[in-house]
Amino acid sequence: MTAAPGAAASATSAGFTHEVAAGAAWAVRLRRHRALRLTCLDGGANVSVLMYAAADPLERLDVPDTLKAQMSACVRAPMVLMSDMGRALASVTGSSLDWHDAVTGHSTDRQVAARFGPSDYAADRNAWRRSARSGLTDELAKHGLGKRDLHATVNFFSKVVPAGDERGSLVFAPGHAAAGDWVELRTEQDVLVVLSSAPHPLDPNPVWAPARVEASVSAVAAPGPDDASRVFRAESGRALAAAERTFV
Amino acid sequence: MSAGSMGNAGRLFDVTVGAGDGWIGEVPAGGRLRIVDLCGNQAVDTLFFDAHDYANRYSAVDTVREQGAAYLTTGSVLLSVDLDPLAVVVADTCGRHDTLGGACAQESNVVRYGEHTRHQHACRTTFVRQATAWGRGLEKRDLTHNVNFFMNVPLTPDGGLSFEDGVSAPGKYVELRAERDVLVLVSNCPQLNNPCNGYDPTPVRLAGWSS
Repeated sequence: MTAAPGAAASATSAGFTHEVAAGAAWAVRLRRHRALRLTCLDGGANVSVLMYAAADPLERLDVPDTLKAQMSACVRAPMVLMSDMGRALASVTGSSLDWHDAVTGHSTDRQVAARFGPSDYAADRNAWRRSARSGLTDELAKHGLGKRDLHATVNFFSKVVPAGDERGSLVFAPGHAAAGDWVELRTEQDVLVVLSSAPHPLDPNPVWAPARVEASVSAVAAPGPDDASRVFRAESGRALAAAERTFV
Repeated sequence: MSAGSMGNAGRLFDVTVGAGDGWIGEVPAGGRLRIVDLCGNQAVDTLFFDAHDYANRYSAVDTVREQGAAYLTTGSVLLSVDLDPLAVVVADTCGRHDTLGGACAQESNVVRYGEHTRHQHACRTTFVRQATAWGRGLEKRDLTHNVNFFMNVPLTPDGGLSFEDGVSAPGKYVELRAERDVLVLVSNCPQLNNPCNGYDPTPVRLAGWSS
């Protein structure tokens, strides 16, 4: 499902924009009904995202629950990103891409060093090769969270396709995202978003080439009765309703 | 003892886990765990932890990525979040096991099937119950995406994912060899609302050997 660029924005306040450097990590707390729009500033981008309920981070994004409830092997608009407690954390309100990977995890220091050689701050300053895992756990620690709070990331802008064969082979699709590609989320409760712009671990690019990503935050209207995410599937609507119950 | 042997030598445990019940216990490095689907079409939701560092726990997405395939079978290496091998599938008469469908919960049942399922028994209730009984700091925070032995969740090239009728049958089994000392947490799935248990949850057998 592809919406026209800008179609999902409809901001009701000025908001802010932040550029996430290439291969960096970032965490942001967002109130309910904020749009978080991620835009690739370079081609080949990947953004690995963890998400937690701000009120109780023990409630967190649950990729298996999200996928099985909406019968999808990937994340795409207008799916609802569901917590392990059956509540919507955010809705995918639009995207220029119809596939965002969520089943193959994110890079670790061990893999990055094995593929691209050693790298550290002393040698490479802020261009040092930090894996998604190291960046995510750095940001988690700032919020009192850690390794035990890791869960399957959504890897926005990356596509890994099931081959449909006997073993369920998974094949990375190179060049899926170009500069200008975007995805927009609408938070459905107060959340903590933790993300890394490190390359996808299956990206075959022999060169370490992380991409910059722009994150834009603005207030948006609450989803109405005919909202595309609410009516997508009965399951999506029930997860939204469960989130709304907590604000009664 | 080698893979496939069911003898008494080195036997650590041999238990029948009733429908909707759970089990938690350790298997030492080099030891074997066999899970037998006694009556067929029974999902066995299972988590693995490094027995000496519960934070170094099974990671479904790292396992799937490193083997380049979604389904688990003989030869699959179950990896931890630190990419350490926790266990290897050494025998499998079923042929395909899921690890992307997660475990059922009361909360996810409400999302999937409606409010009337709120108080039906679910795997993640068994997980927290077993974790609490085990103690030693194990708690909900440690419960992550699991293996569903004997469960069939096909993924399609157009991005589809669905729970299908089981590929298992009475007596089918899967056997794992522990690659380090592991803690194993099992929920014998009580789900009644989809075909993962053939709409009739049944007992399974867990047998462990020290080598």
